[in-house]
Amino acid sequence: MDILANLSLGFSIALSPYTLMLAIIGCFLGTIIGALPGLGPSNGVAILIPLTFTIGLDATSALVLMTSVYYGAMYGGRISSILLNIPGDEPALMTTLDGYPMAKAGRAGDALVISGFASFVGAFLATIGLMFLAPMLARVAYLFGPAEYFALYLLAFCTLGGMASNNQAKSAIASCIGLGIAMIGVDNTSGLPRLTGGSLHLYDGVDFLVAIVGLFAVAEVFFFIEGHGKGSSIGVNLKKVIIPWKEIFSTRWVMLRASGIGFIAGILPGAGASLGSFLAYMSEKSIAGEKGGFGTGVAAGVAAPEAGNNAAAGGALVPMLTLGVPGSGTTAVLLALLMTLNITPGPTLFTERPEVIWGLIASLLIANFVLLLMNVPMVKIFVRVLQVPPAILLPGVTMVSFIGIYSLSGSYFDLLLMVAFGVLGFILRKLDIPTVPVILGILLGGNMEDALRRAMVISDGDGFYLFSSPIAIGLWVAAIAGFVAPMFLRKVLKKPQRVTD
Amino acid sequence: MASDRIFGLVAALVALVYITSATNIQTSFLADPVGPKLFPIIIGVVGAISAMFLVFRPDPEPEWPVLRTFGALVVAVIVLVLYAYALRPLGFLLPTAIAAGILSYQISPKPKYAAIAGIGLSTGLFIIFKFALGLGLVPFPNGLFD
Repeated sequence: MDILANLSLGFSIALSPYTLMLAIIGCFLGTIIGALPGLGPSNGVAILIPLTFTIGLDATSALVLMTSVYYGAMYGGRISSILLNIPGDEPALMTTLDGYPMAKAGRAGDALVISGFASFVGAFLATIGLMFLAPMLARVAYLFGPAEYFALYLLAFCTLGGMASNNQAKSAIASCIGLGIAMIGVDNTSGLPRLTGGSLHLYDGVDFLVAIVGLFAVAEVFFFIEGHGKGSSIGVNLKKVIIPWKEIFSTRWVMLRASGIGFIAGILPGAGASLGSFLAYMSEKSIAGEKGGFGTGVAAGVAAPEAGNNAAAGGALVPMLTLGVPGSGTTAVLLALLMTLNITPGPTLFTERPEVIWGLIASLLIANFVLLLMNVPMVKIFVRVLQVPPAILLPGVTMVSFIGIYSLSGSYFDLLLMVAFGVLGFILRKLDIPTVPVILGILLGGNMEDALRRAMVISDGDGFYLFSSPIAIGLWVAAIAGFVAPMFLRKVLKKPQRVTD
Repeated sequence: MASDRIFGLVAALVALVYITSATNIQTSFLADPVGPKLFPIIIGVVGAISAMFLVFRPDPEPEWPVLRTFGALVVAVIVLVLYAYALRPLGFLLPTAIAAGILSYQISPKPKYAAIAGIGLSTGLFIIFKFALGLGLVPFPNGLFD
């Protein structure tokens, strides 16, 4: 009954008025962030991190706030998918396929309620799964030595590259850019500066928050300038919202199956929520067959991807908390938050700081109910948010990014670096090179090198030590398979494109 | 086609420079078997190899913006760089209003609207961050109201 004792510890923290307030604020902000096109979970969380840090929240509070934002953004992403046919974030792309046709048929309210409910089921089951699986995985993680960790990091880069990109070489370049940047600064072991080009500003290395905010938030502004804010705001009106109980009940198995698929997809390092919603939608589509009418605006078609997406969001927290390896772009950003707060994710986190982990899990359970309330009866408030024109939103996002980074370091050099990362992000995305591996590289580069060097110290320079345990060999095989397999699967698993009017 | 090839070449060159500077990293007497050079060199080599893949097997050409939009993007970058330099000496309000206004104008070219958006964002954000969140922002240029 370990879990019950732990949960009661968690709830004793999560139910304190202050933490509860943070969770509610986080849910609210998150839903807005998710709903606004051009402000997805990764960049939304990214611009908020420097701020939470400067306001001086303690570790548990900051983590509760930001993971509520993260869950909220996953809920909110569906709103603009359904009403505007623009996915508010990448995983919500699959929701446009049936959500927008439903809205065009005058059933926008139904689509929002069904998908909101599906989000709840997915996120709730995933949080339960997280509760049981994470402590188990944390125990396995004790068996990991430096050789295993090195292989695990490699696995994260390989699968992330394999899943997130259309071209393996491009994702490999992206990982190398990130890892290469992580090497800049004073070397931990020898204490000597590396690759700084003599610039004193670079002795401390490149702050990952600067890179994240630049690559995600600033780059987005450039895209909106390029598009002149086009493709926003032509939407469908929302009429009265009634809860279609019968339809929700009819999709119960769809929601359950989709949650299962999404959770597993989320746990895989590097796969994340996009894969979760994609697999959930595709498998339900093939279960329903021709008669299911997927793509024409059916309830199951909005329930499946939303349950999958939210379950994957919860699942992605498992490897992030237990192993320190994020499962998606947004969890990479959350990992950055943990590192900023001086929390080292991994098995020791569960034994040494149980209040952080269980407070977080309890808050997530509570946040889910708050989000259900916000996203079903109160959904109209968030629909109004969509009317904020990009000409105000995007400059606002840029200014908040500047304030955040500036208040962290107070140096104009970091601001310039952030703009440079924005330009880099624009060029990379134009060339269809994924930016998430860059972030992951900057975040994990130092740890990956440390793991390699410690492994070599243990084995006195024998390279075969890296393949010396069954776990390590398994991870190497998985890494190679994760990198190579998508090349062959790409033809089979073709991403469906957005519905056009 | 061409974009990927050019990017691949540039990336390969950067990787080569990276490898050479990695070989010049100072090593200390506290040496571990790997040392501070090996991992950066591995990264450089992997990067160079993947970059060559791009040169020889490029993807279809992406849609680049037309020259005018390109100009707008360059202007945006210059504005942001100037903003970064201006923030400390000129205080928060003025640079933010100007930078936000220009960005807003670039996204949707309505001058009056952009001016109001700039001023509104600047004062609104200042109030939120200074008074609600308690960040130490300086509103005006130093010494203006002493």
